[in-house]
Amino acid sequence: MKRRHLLASAAVVAGLAFPAMADDPTKAGFIYIGPVGDHGWTFTHDQAREALEEHFGDAVETSYVENVNYGPDAERIMTQMALSGTDIIFATSFGYGPDVNNVAARFPDVAFEHATGYIQEADNVSLYNARFYEGRAVIGHIAGKMTETNTIGYIASFPIPEVIMGINSAYLHAKAVNPDVEFRVVWVYSWYDPAQEAAAAEALIEQGADILMQHTDSTAPVTVAQDQGIFAFGQASDMTAFAPESHLTAILDVWDPYYIDRVQAVMDGTWEAGDIWHGIVDGMVGFAPMNDAIPEDIRAEAEEMIAAISAGEYHPFTGPINRQDGSAWLAEGETAPDGDLLTMDFYVEGMTGEVPN
Amino acid sequence: MTGAELSSIALAPLIAALMIAATPIMLAAIGELVVEKSGVLNLGVEGMMITGAVCGFVFAVQTSNPYLAMLGAAAGAAVLALVFALLTQVLMANQVASGLALTLFGLGLSALIGQGYVGIQPPRTPKLDIPVLSDLPFLGRAVFSHDYMVYLSLALVGAVWYFLKYTRAGLILRAVGENHDAAHALGYRVRRVRILAIAFGGACAGLGGAYLSLIRVPQWTEGMTAGAGWIALALVVFASWRPWRVVLGAYLFGGILVLQLTLQVVGVRIPVEYLAMSPYLITILVLVIMSSGRARASLAAPGSLNRPFFASG
Repeated sequence: MKRRHLLASAAVVAGLAFPAMADDPTKAGFIYIGPVGDHGWTFTHDQAREALEEHFGDAVETSYVENVNYGPDAERIMTQMALSGTDIIFATSFGYGPDVNNVAARFPDVAFEHATGYIQEADNVSLYNARFYEGRAVIGHIAGKMTETNTIGYIASFPIPEVIMGINSAYLHAKAVNPDVEFRVVWVYSWYDPAQEAAAAEALIEQGADILMQHTDSTAPVTVAQDQGIFAFGQASDMTAFAPESHLTAILDVWDPYYIDRVQAVMDGTWEAGDIWHGIVDGMVGFAPMNDAIPEDIRAEAEEMIAAISAGEYHPFTGPINRQDGSAWLAEGETAPDGDLLTMDFYVEGMTGEVPN
Repeated sequence: MTGAELSSIALAPLIAALMIAATPIMLAAIGELVVEKSGVLNLGVEGMMITGAVCGFVFAVQTSNPYLAMLGAAAGAAVLALVFALLTQVLMANQVASGLALTLFGLGLSALIGQGYVGIQPPRTPKLDIPVLSDLPFLGRAVFSHDYMVYLSLALVGAVWYFLKYTRAGLILRAVGENHDAAHALGYRVRRVRILAIAFGGACAGLGGAYLSLIRVPQWTEGMTAGAGWIALALVVFASWRPWRVVLGAYLFGGILVLQLTLQVVGVRIPVEYLAMSPYLITILVLVIMSSGRARASLAAPGSLNRPFFASG
């Protein structure tokens, strides 16, 4: 049921006995949680894979497998990649953590890169992540300024720190410019389920939301927004084509520079496991072109915020911030430590509803 | 759960959403009802639905005609259903095993066919704007503001009801399903009736799947039916093989799906996982009940359901 875009496996297994020769192309393998055509998360990783091929030409050979489930499936496919002489494997979803570490332990000579992960048990496992909350702060600001019903709809995937910090960041910045703003969150328990995401979008609009945000990967919510004449923010890639009037902007995932950098390191023999969390300033978080529907002054404020975050002058989580239950989290002027963000399991003060377990 | 939160739910849009959510499972279920009435249990509904979803999508993209695409979806799924007919009616394979295989096959086949169609937008099906009716204060929004398939599916249920109850062909189909030996002795072509019923069931499931990929979402994704076929199967038993009860059951199941999201939006704390699980729990329960002989009789299941027919003499 899952499509496998692997090289012919027989030919591949035959190659495992011979270590890569000096002028062999460097092999980079990718495993994806969704389909490459999702126009969201997986799409952006695949774009970066294509950028790799363009950048290195014949010096690199890439392969990918899409729709890979967490667990045994992922482990089997990464093992197969490692056996077939892949030099560097990019596992591009949070849930691959245990699988990456299991396989990495067995193949110490293969470099493993795990996106948005936190488990690093072997010294050939590298972690990389983007500070998407920086982008969410900007769209939160735009949404807070532009909403007329003071209700923002938020389609969330799973209640994990990554998603919760995104909600909090957007909410804090909407609230800062619009004290009456309210966030309605729907959890769809999937990264990619167009039917469910569309239904969630409709439910949110019925309950008064006039701007939608999503932390799921399909274009279904922006399509619904377009149909119903409200605004929405795209996810991961520019989704303007799916909602020309409604798509205000999107937080872009830009992996190209990092992937090129890491593959280059493998070629040079200088690859070392790292743990990076890059933001707007490093170019890992970007924005789709802003829609003309955003008034000039609001766009200018958004640009200003982007510049301030880039320059390191502003951190989206700057105190005073309380937790939802009223207890203090950040004191006046204090910025959130990364550790707090990466384990965030609470809403900030003012949010309604509860984080599901 | 407080009254204030619940009272903020507007009823008209909720009913509207519920009708849309119910349509694909209703289409698939009414088709399966005819199949089971003829004495065949086809567990491949999910596979036929997803095949219909992808066939409809491919047709829509290629022809830019969403109406023609519906026919393509029905045809594609009917062809798949005929594979099941070949296995169970000609080669006398086990129906349960063949049906399950059909589902797995359909999921894989659809993924293969749909490879080049992920992330593409199909031509849109407009919502009907019925003069006068669509402007009614409450009913206009709730009932009369949908696409044509919503009404077509209800009409189809009505047609199936009429067919089974009042036509000679419907009587023959029921006779074949109740007691195939007796029907055979009377000179009816048991196998032919069943093959036609299976093809019809496939076509209906295909329409249900295409409703998802062309109207509901509209997009193609692997596995996008996400269990709707299994719900349709349970629905037939839930409706105890009566067409109008299929409508009731579809609205009930569709209602659970929609209400779950709406309750989340208004901030009612609900165990989402359990609610999302409920249609499948009911399905399992129903299948367990169906497998016991006495319960089966009390549910008014067709007498020859899931019994292989060997023409004798």
